[in-house]
Amino acid sequence: MAELDTSGGGSKKGGKIRSKKQSTRVDLTAMVDLAFLLITFFMLTTTLAKPQAMDLVMPDDSDKEEELKVADDRSMTILLGSKDQVQWYMGKASDPQNLTKDFFGANNIRKAIYDMKEQVKKNYPDDPAKDLLILIKPSDKSTYKNLVDILDEMKVTDVKKYAIVDILPVEIQSLTSSGIY
Amino acid sequence: MPRIKIGRKSTAIDMTAMCDVAFLLLTFFILTATARQVDPLPVDMPSSTTQAKLPDLDVGTISIGDGKVFMGISGQHVREAWLEKVGANFGQGFSAAEKKEFSLLESFGVPIQNMHEFLAADPKLRAQPGFQPGIPLDTVKNELFFWIIEARRATKEAGNDMRIAIKGDIKQEYPLVKEVIEILQKQKVNNFSLITALEAAPKK
Repeated sequence: MAELDTSGGGSKKGGKIRSKKQSTRVDLTAMVDLAFLLITFFMLTTTLAKPQAMDLVMPDDSDKEEELKVADDRSMTILLGSKDQVQWYMGKASDPQNLTKDFFGANNIRKAIYDMKEQVKKNYPDDPAKDLLILIKPSDKSTYKNLVDILDEMKVTDVKKYAIVDILPVEIQSLTSSGIY
Repeated sequence: MPRIKIGRKSTAIDMTAMCDVAFLLLTFFILTATARQVDPLPVDMPSSTTQAKLPDLDVGTISIGDGKVFMGISGQHVREAWLEKVGANFGQGFSAAEKKEFSLLESFGVPIQNMHEFLAADPKLRAQPGFQPGIPLDTVKNELFFWIIEARRATKEAGNDMRIAIKGDIKQEYPLVKEVIEILQKQKVNNFSLITALEAAPKK
């Protein structure tokens, strides 16, 4: 017969020589495995490789005359020193209160910020707008990581008012005497 | 005694449809993925708990690390206009081939007078760490200022405002970061992003 014998053809009897019936099915398991592996790879590399962006707003430095008048008991200054350490105080640089050397981390500077926040809330119980203001003063010996870390602490502790300010010579002295400059 | 016969079923499943779907998805992800170039300035980013993602479009990235500053912007067609504009500031003209070559670079860090030989150099040599000295930003030759302002102009002409992102290295000391921020503030860019890696937020 001329036509291709695709059906089983088992019903016919006779001494015809038949080639052995071979299945047309291919085992696709390995192929599917490979395809899903590649899908996983491309999915993870496209979406997870996107870096995070932390927004930072700096004060406009053209209006230098405008000086912020904040009560000493709600302004906290954090000095970033060397060796991943910080120093913080409340009030003015000429008359620092609670001058403390501290480390980064949940039990150190973050706890201090939370404590001061509570204290300010106690001092101004009827005015929620008067909350803690933090001045971040990175010294020349601090690293970019310290800056990002302290900005991250602002996010974690939910401090709304903070600014990055240039460090004063008297504060550098203070860092030097604490051995972190 | 008649035995109950359990019909023998084949354990093979038809995988054709599954295979089709898998390859369809694979094709989709391959086509949407953007090939990432090797960063000429390897930067180890600090981590933060910030969740916001950096947008893909209209971003200018300033990389700071190892005492050098590199810059790059998104959008290949914007990069060509960018090089032309900055070149005009320094009296440097660039050929179409050079602009094309430049538009393929994710980020770079060479002084403008070395740009011609830099673009003519072998791409493999360019990617070598230490080959690119960084964009000068000292008070005498503040080239970074022009690169940033022209990047903003070129992106603006393409239709959108540019967002500036700073990508700093963990160990980079603060003075250089401060200089870059001061350059940005001189152009009244007071709002920018710091690129960080992800870190788990602390439990409340």
